[in-house]
Amino acid sequence: MLERAIVLAGCAIGAGLALIAGIGPGIGEGYAVGKALEAIGRQPECKGDVTSTMLLGCAIAETTGIYGFVTGLLLIFVAPRILLGLL
Amino acid sequence: MNINIVGPRIYCVLPILGGIPITATIVNSLLVTCIILGTCFFLTRNLQVRAVSKRQVVAEFLVETAQNFVNGNMGQRFAYYGPFVAALFSASLCSSLLSLLGMYAPTSDLSTTAAWAVMVFVLITYTKVKAGGVGGYLKGFTQPIPLLTPFNVLSELATPISMAFRHFGNVVSGGVISTLVYAALAAASTAVIGLLSGTVFIPAIVAALGAALLVTGIRKGKLPRKILGGIALVLGGLGVLSYLGVQLDIPVLQVGIPAVLSVYFDLFSSAMQAFIFCMLTTLYIANAADG
Repeated sequence: MLERAIVLAGCAIGAGLALIAGIGPGIGEGYAVGKALEAIGRQPECKGDVTSTMLLGCAIAETTGIYGFVTGLLLIFVAPRILLGLL
Repeated sequence: MNINIVGPRIYCVLPILGGIPITATIVNSLLVTCIILGTCFFLTRNLQVRAVSKRQVVAEFLVETAQNFVNGNMGQRFAYYGPFVAALFSASLCSSLLSLLGMYAPTSDLSTTAAWAVMVFVLITYTKVKAGGVGGYLKGFTQPIPLLTPFNVLSELATPISMAFRHFGNVVSGGVISTLVYAALAAASTAVIGLLSGTVFIPAIVAALGAALLVTGIRKGKLPRKILGGIALVLGGLGVLSYLGVQLDIPVLQVGIPAVLSVYFDLFSSAMQAFIFCMLTTLYIANAADG
């Protein structure tokens, strides 16, 4: 019983820790959007180009956060079953 | 209150090759294919040299948009990638938008996005080999110094993985957050009604306030007042009913609020991810030919 509890607790804590990965993309995307706004402020006629490039950059910056999210999903929905099966 | 986050449902298992499961992903992907095929068929009947029908104008607009997109990102020499990119975009968009109809979106299964990403990876490798020959392709891994070969191989493999996980993760995270918000709103409305129905006065007062807000909102044409008044009126009314012993388990707060999330996660995010997937496809392939 104790082993099961430890495994489940480990998975839950790990999933929580995995979502810390969301901090990085948040800061990065905020920075990218800020810079894009500066660019639009300087050259308003480039708004379309700047916006689409910014969205692309944001999507790429988001990748690490998505990795964290997928890791969290795996830890909650997949890992407990496998790890409990090993016990 | 039950929170249910599951993968695709398995309808049946084909008894060949050790059992191939027929999942909701496969069925809905076929549905998406049929939708796209049907749309294309519908739009391209009775084509004429001078566009006379609205259908043909729409079809020409779509094709021109795809061609401009590909030409702008990859240059004229890759114009033949237009149909491929357009097919990727429409498949991705229609798949993600299926969740608006309450069906399982094929893109929230990693298999779908991974298949697309592997397809793009094959194209990237093919373009690289075509541009530099097999020797040039293999030599590219040892640039700038041979010490970096393992990292170059890793970064090559990271491309399809990141493309697949990005699309999958965005769609699934939208679904998970929507589910959690639905559950939270159901719990909140039950709790609020339970809190209100202790006496008869409080819900009655809340309902009266809500009615007053609603009436002034309608008279002055102010939307926030109408919404707040409506919510308060319904909550108060349900509180009174529940005090009188009529147990109505209606999650009132679920009305309207999740729509905001749905607009972001279902509409904006779907279109965004389809666009980004195609953008990355074109950029990677064009890069492969240059580098």
